[in-house]
Amino acid sequence: MVKAPGQGNLPPAGGGAPGVRRALFRKRARSIGGVALSLGLTLLGLLLVTFIIGRVMPIDPVLKVVGERATQAQYDAAYQAMGLDRPIWEQFLRYMGEVLRGDFGRSISTGHQVTDDLRRVFPATFELALLGTLIGVFVGVPLGVVAAARRGGWIDQIARVVALVGYSMPIFWLGLMGLLLFYGMLGWVGGPGRQGIIYDGMVPSVTGMILIDSILAGDWGAFRDAFSHIILPASLLGYFSLAYISRMTRSFMLEQLSAEYVTTARVKGLSERRVVWGHAFRNIFVPLITVIALSFGSLLEGSVLTEIVFSWPGIGQYITKALLAGDMNAVLGGTVLVGTCFVLLNLLSDILYRVLDPRAK
Amino acid sequence: MHHLSLRALLLATAVSLAPAAFAETPADTLVVAAQIDDIISLDPAQSFEFSGNDVDNNLYDRLVDFDPMDLEAGFKPSLAESWEVSDDGKTITLMVRDGVTFHSGNPVRAEDAAWSLQRAVKLNKSPAFILNQFGFTPENVDEMVSFDGNKVILKLDQPYAQSFVLNCLASNVASVVDKETVMGHAEGEDFGNTWLSTNEAGSGPYTLQAWRPNEAVQLTAYEEYWQGAPAMKRVIVRHVQESSAQRLLLEQGDIDVARNLTPTDVDGISGNDELTVGTEPRGRILYMGLNQKDPLLSKPEVVEAMKYLVDYSGMENSFLKGQFKTHQNFLPEGYLGASDENPWTYDVEKAKQILSDAGITSGTVKTAVRDIREYVDVAQTLQASMAQAGLTLEIQQMTGAQVLDSYRARQVPIFIGEWGPDYADPNTNASTFAYNPNNADDAKLSYLAWRNAWAVPDDMNKATIAATIEGDTDKRVQMYLDIQKEFRDIAPIIPLFQRIEQAGLQKNVKNWNAGGAVSSVFYRQVTKD
Repeated sequence: MVKAPGQGNLPPAGGGAPGVRRALFRKRARSIGGVALSLGLTLLGLLLVTFIIGRVMPIDPVLKVVGERATQAQYDAAYQAMGLDRPIWEQFLRYMGEVLRGDFGRSISTGHQVTDDLRRVFPATFELALLGTLIGVFVGVPLGVVAAARRGGWIDQIARVVALVGYSMPIFWLGLMGLLLFYGMLGWVGGPGRQGIIYDGMVPSVTGMILIDSILAGDWGAFRDAFSHIILPASLLGYFSLAYISRMTRSFMLEQLSAEYVTTARVKGLSERRVVWGHAFRNIFVPLITVIALSFGSLLEGSVLTEIVFSWPGIGQYITKALLAGDMNAVLGGTVLVGTCFVLLNLLSDILYRVLDPRAK
Repeated sequence: MHHLSLRALLLATAVSLAPAAFAETPADTLVVAAQIDDIISLDPAQSFEFSGNDVDNNLYDRLVDFDPMDLEAGFKPSLAESWEVSDDGKTITLMVRDGVTFHSGNPVRAEDAAWSLQRAVKLNKSPAFILNQFGFTPENVDEMVSFDGNKVILKLDQPYAQSFVLNCLASNVASVVDKETVMGHAEGEDFGNTWLSTNEAGSGPYTLQAWRPNEAVQLTAYEEYWQGAPAMKRVIVRHVQESSAQRLLLEQGDIDVARNLTPTDVDGISGNDELTVGTEPRGRILYMGLNQKDPLLSKPEVVEAMKYLVDYSGMENSFLKGQFKTHQNFLPEGYLGASDENPWTYDVEKAKQILSDAGITSGTVKTAVRDIREYVDVAQTLQASMAQAGLTLEIQQMTGAQVLDSYRARQVPIFIGEWGPDYADPNTNASTFAYNPNNADDAKLSYLAWRNAWAVPDDMNKATIAATIEGDTDKRVQMYLDIQKEFRDIAPIIPLFQRIEQAGLQKNVKNWNAGGAVSSVFYRQVTKD
C-alpha cells in the first residue's frame, strides 16, 4: 500500500489562527504535489518496464500489420514506419513524448486509436468490476462477520466451503455452467454479450457504462436488458471477490473479538449484537477497505476468462489480445490506465483511512 | 445500513431473475455470431484477414463479382457490365455500368474504378501483390491503369489469361471506392487509408453502421443498391469467441447463424428441430510442410513415407469431423483446375518398407506447432504414427505469431497449418506451393515452397508461369492438373485436408452463403421466412 506522503503528522483540522491555516494549506499543497509526483514516478516505472518487456518479447508486431503474405520490402517498410529500426531508448523517449501529449498511438490489432479503444473497453470492465465488488462486499462482509461471531457454527462452515470453492473452481467452467443453467435452461438472464440485439447501439453512449447510460437516457427497457446481461458475470466475479473478502473479514473480526475491549463490553452487559456490529466491526473498517480496494483493483484489470466466456468486450481481453499480437501501443495504454486505477484506489483508501480512523484525524 | 443494502441487492436480483421475454430475432435482421477479432482494417486496399474481407464483401462492389446464388459460374459482370480484350491480349477494357451510386450519393464512374486500383498499388499494403502480378508498380500504375469516359483500361505486361486477370479483379483489393469521399479524408500521402480503415466508401448492398473491434460489426441495408435492396435490413455480427456460447445463443434464438461451432457442438444441435447445419467447402488447405533443410526430411524416401503416415480418414472421422475433408492437392475443390485425386492412404507398413529400403530405421524431428486445437491434434496423431515407423516427433506448442516468425525464417521442420487462397484464381496457390524462383536463404520470399526450403524444379516453375498466360481455359485447366500431378509425386509439401465450414442456422434462414472456396460471406441474398 502506497502511503501518501505527509500522512500522520497533519496539524489538527480546523486550526484557528491564520498562520496555522496557512501552514495547513502549504502542507496540503505539498501533500498533493507529493501524490502527483509519486503517481508520475509509479506510472513512469510501469511504462518503462512494460516497454522493455514488450521489446524483448519474441513476438514480431510487424507481422500483425503486414500479414503472413508480405514481401520482404513491405515488411521492411512497415518496420521502419513503426520506428522499430531505431535504438530502444529513442523509441521509448519518442513514445513518452507522444504520451505526454495525450497520444497513445494507434493499436495495430484493432486499427483504432488506443484512447478510443480504451474509452470503449474500460467502462465495460469498470461496470462489471464495480457490480462484482458490490456483490462481494454486501454478501462477503456480513458473511465474514457472522462466521467470526459464531465461530465453528454452521454459517462459519458454509462460509468456509464458499471460500474454498471460490478459490478452487475454474471460472471458465463455472461461467459456462452458469450460462447453461440460468440462460440456456431457465432463461432467467441474458446470454453472452453486454446487450440484447434489439437494444444494441440504441442507448447513446455517455459514460460507456450501459447501466448508467440507459438510466441517463431514461430507457428502462434497455436498463433491464443490460442488467439481465451483466448480472451473471457480475455474480460470478462477485462470488470470487466475496470468497476473498469474507475470509479476510472473518480473520479481522476474530482478531478484534479476542481483544480486551470486547471482553470489557461483554462484561458491561452489552448485547452480543452491539458488541459485534457496534464495537468490533467498526474497528475493522480500515484494513477491510484495503482488502476491498485490492479486490476491486484486481477486477479492474479485467478477468480475461470471464470476458471470453461472456463475450464481454472488456480491458482484460483487449490487453491480452494486444500482448499476443505484440501490439505495444495498446498494451502500454492499457497498462497505464490500469496502473493509474491502482494508484488512485490506493489514494482513495488512504483518504478513507483518515476519515474513518479517529487516530488519523 | 447493511440490512437495507442487502435487501436492495436481493430485490435487484429478483428483478433480473424474472424471466425475460426472449423472442426470436427481428424478421428483417440477421444476427451472426462469429470470431471477428482478426479485423485490423476495413480499407479494401489493406484488409487481408478473413473477417475484414467478410465485411468488405458486403460494403463494396468490384468490377466483376461472384453471384452468391451461383458461385460455380465464376466471376460475372458487376460494376463493369462488359469487357473486351485486345488482339495482343495485353489490354483489357472494361465498360462501367451507368446509374450506380455510392453510399454517399456520388455516381460510380470509371474514374473511381481506375483510381481504386491505382490507390491499392500505390499504398502497397499486403494485398497489393494481387494487382502487381500484372506488372503494375506504384511508379507505372497511373499509366497502366487509366480511364476514358465510362471505360477502364488496363495495360498488362504480359498477355495474361483473361480468367486470371478477372479472377483477381473479383478480389477484395480490387473493390471500387468512392474517390471524392476518400480523398476528402486523406491525411498526407495516405490516400485516405487511416480514415477508410474504420469507415467505408462503397457502393455495395450494405453500409457500415458501426465496427467495434472484438465486439461487433453492424451493417445497414443500402436501399438504393443497384441489384435491389437486400431483404435483411440490418446485419449484426457479434464477436463470440467460444463455440459453446455460440451454440447457447443459437439454441435460445438470440442469433440466426453461428459460424464457429466445434464438431461436438454441431453434433449437439443436430437433433434440434429449430436448427439446421449448413455445410460449405471453403478454400483453406491444411497441409504439412517438410523443411528441406532438415537432414532427415530432405530424403525423398522420408517425404514419400510421410505421405503414408497420415491417418487421413481416421482424423477426418474423429476430431476433424465435419470441419475438414481429405484433400491431397493444393488447389481446393471449387477452383478452376482443382483435382479430386487422393492417392495416399494411411499405411504404416508401406511407410516402414519405404524407409527400410532406404536404410532409415530411426530419426528425430523437433518441431513447433501453433496452439490451435486442430493443428495440435493433427501433430499428435502424426507423432503416434511416425513412432510406429521408428521416427520420433517432438512437438512444441507456440502462439501463431511465434510459429509464423520461425516459419518465415525457414526454421520450422514440420509445419502443420492452413493456407487460405488470396484470390479466386488457381495461380494463388500454384504460385506459392509450386513456385520458388530462388531457394537461397537471403532471398526471403513469402512462397510456401521457399519457407520449406524446397527448390522447385525448373520445369514446374516454368509451368506455373505458363499457366497464367494460357488463354484457352480448357488448356489452362489441364496445365494445373499436370502441375498438381507432378507436385503429388515429388513435393515435400503435402496437402492433407480442405476446410469445410459448418454454420449452425435457424431453420427460417435461407440462402446463407459464406463465400465457398472462392469468396467471402454474402448477406444480400439471405432471407428469413
